[in-house]
Amino acid sequence: MRVILIDDEEELVSTLAERLSFRGIDADWATSGRQALEKIAEISYDIAVVDIKMPQIGGIELKRMMSKKYPHMKFIFMTGHGSEEDFITGTEEAGAEYYLVKPVDIEELTEKLKQVMGWQGGRK
Amino acid sequence: MSLFKRMKPQFWDYRDVAAGHREHLFNFRRMWKLTVFLTAGVAIIPLIFLAIVDYHVTQESIEFENLLRTARLVSNTRRSLFFFFAERRAALDFVVRQNNFVALNQPGALEQILKNLKDSFGGFTDLGLIDPLGNQRSYVGPFDLLGVDYSEQDWYREVRNRSVYISDVFLGFRQVPHIVIAVKRTLPNGTFYVLRATLDTRKFDDLLSGLEMGGQGDAFIVNREGKLQTPSLYHGKVLEKISLPVPEYAPKTRVFEEKNPDGISLIIGYRYISDTPFILMVIKHKRELMKSWQETRIELLFFLGISMMVILGVVIWMATYLITKIFVADQNRIATLHQVEYTNKMASIGRLAAGVAHEVNNPLAIINEKAGLIKDLFTFKKGYAGDEKLLGLVNAILASVKRAGTITKRLLSFSRHMEISIQHIDLRGLIGEVLGFLEKEAEYRSIHISIEATEDIPKIESDRGKLQEIFLNLANNAFSALEDGGHLDIRIIPKDTKNIQITVSDDGCGIPRENLDRIFEPFFSTRTKQGGTGLGLSLTANFVREIGGEITVDSEVGKGATFTLLLPVVMERKEGKTACE
Repeated sequence: MRVILIDDEEELVSTLAERLSFRGIDADWATSGRQALEKIAEISYDIAVVDIKMPQIGGIELKRMMSKKYPHMKFIFMTGHGSEEDFITGTEEAGAEYYLVKPVDIEELTEKLKQVMGWQGGRK
Repeated sequence: MSLFKRMKPQFWDYRDVAAGHREHLFNFRRMWKLTVFLTAGVAIIPLIFLAIVDYHVTQESIEFENLLRTARLVSNTRRSLFFFFAERRAALDFVVRQNNFVALNQPGALEQILKNLKDSFGGFTDLGLIDPLGNQRSYVGPFDLLGVDYSEQDWYREVRNRSVYISDVFLGFRQVPHIVIAVKRTLPNGTFYVLRATLDTRKFDDLLSGLEMGGQGDAFIVNREGKLQTPSLYHGKVLEKISLPVPEYAPKTRVFEEKNPDGISLIIGYRYISDTPFILMVIKHKRELMKSWQETRIELLFFLGISMMVILGVVIWMATYLITKIFVADQNRIATLHQVEYTNKMASIGRLAAGVAHEVNNPLAIINEKAGLIKDLFTFKKGYAGDEKLLGLVNAILASVKRAGTITKRLLSFSRHMEISIQHIDLRGLIGEVLGFLEKEAEYRSIHISIEATEDIPKIESDRGKLQEIFLNLANNAFSALEDGGHLDIRIIPKDTKNIQITVSDDGCGIPRENLDRIFEPFFSTRTKQGGTGLGLSLTANFVREIGGEITVDSEVGKGATFTLLLPVVMERKEGKTACE
């Protein structure tokens, strides 16, 4: 099972990926929507952790684009925005599995990833 | 003066300095003066005009009535006088036709005729019969005139030529005024004789003195030389010459106005009495005749004065009442506007704080992850201390902390300048700093921002806080008009030695021409549905005015908008504000 982290802050995603590897999750990362699309075209990912607000292609738009091509992919959204209410409405409409408010709690992320993957695995 | 101070309306000394070049719109004293002037003018001018017209019409009609009345009096009196002479002349004519020369020359004949004339007509004094040679052949009367030769006298020549003669008035031996009437009887054989009678003038004196004349009026008869033939009240005695010139001949009654040598206006009516040497004159003092008019005139002027005072009083009261109402309403408007301005300011601070929180969140997230990783390294890999990687992580944490610090500083510097405080400001730097707040949004929406400034832009003395608000509002306004991928261009050029021109242009949706005039009005917004308050540009214009600048806008729908600011290099310091660096 492969995870891709997408955020315009390279320092953030690279560190998150490294920390997830300590927890036994193999994570790759991209710093823009475009780069993410390129990477997904090469390697198949099961789950994407995406920042909602990014230059050019935002998280919700990215999900819409990828869901068409890779319907099996699951999504977890991240946001730095304060209002959780807006965020929940947004992600529910966009159809994400889960959302996280930055700064992200690594244990929470690990747990959610495992949950989503396990659930998927269970179905298989 | 102290009364004026007490009565003075509250708006009298008010000046709205903040209104800038629109100050005249809020000059209530000027408004009051204009209202009073126009309303009073519209009410009083027609009143004065009507009063003047009425004054003249009334005066002219009274004057005309006076002339007419005088003319009537002259005509009537002249008729009586004419009949007086015609009657007596006809009586004498009858006598000479009824009796031939021989019969008249009979002793006692004239005596009987004189007695009859005295009894039936009155006024006859004597009677004489003159033969064709001019000798008085018979005489009856108080004087001894029998045998007197009149052949060489003027009156005799005239009666011979014209059949009738009426003399001027003369004083006889008894110093009583008399007139002579003579008639000629021509016989079929060509010979003739003359009957001559003397009349005393008391009869027609009575006729004239009985006239109803009123104050200082005078009626008398003069001969063609202007000598009085009857006594007058104010113009001399009998046979004296009157001081006025003899009026020119006219076949009908005439009335005219003239000033006598003392400068008093007289109304003079006259008539030449036909077949006599007499002119009837009636003279009245115009002032006496116009006396009733004088009283009416005073009443008219009094009424006009009172009316004008009442109108003026009502107008002043009304203008004061209305302008005070407007003034109070305007004061409330200003208070509300201040309140709204304050609320808006607070709201923008709130928005700014939210933006800052968001911006700070990202670096904080990195700090969080980096710190978390350090913890992980210590947890998962033993003996990591002193490692190069650890040093790199620490550096990254420090860099992120610095970044968070920069954003916090911007926020602080923005919120600090709420009051006017004058500083030396580098405009390019300030605009760059303000646009920093919108950097992220510009990046997300791919909006291209450019700032162009020539080398020779001097530092300006102005208020930093106001300038920040102005440019932030203009940039926000442009951002809401721009599509993703649009352009925002800012140019700074020195206009002249005292002013700097800044243009803020976008290629967004633009503003319809009909809205251009209203765009700086408070509460005017085309984005009310998107949460626009309609205050942003109004406040911007206010701030620009407060720092002594001007703002204009030019736009075309679909082609974008350009806001042009003219800012003074040195801001004028208003009283009560202290400049501080």
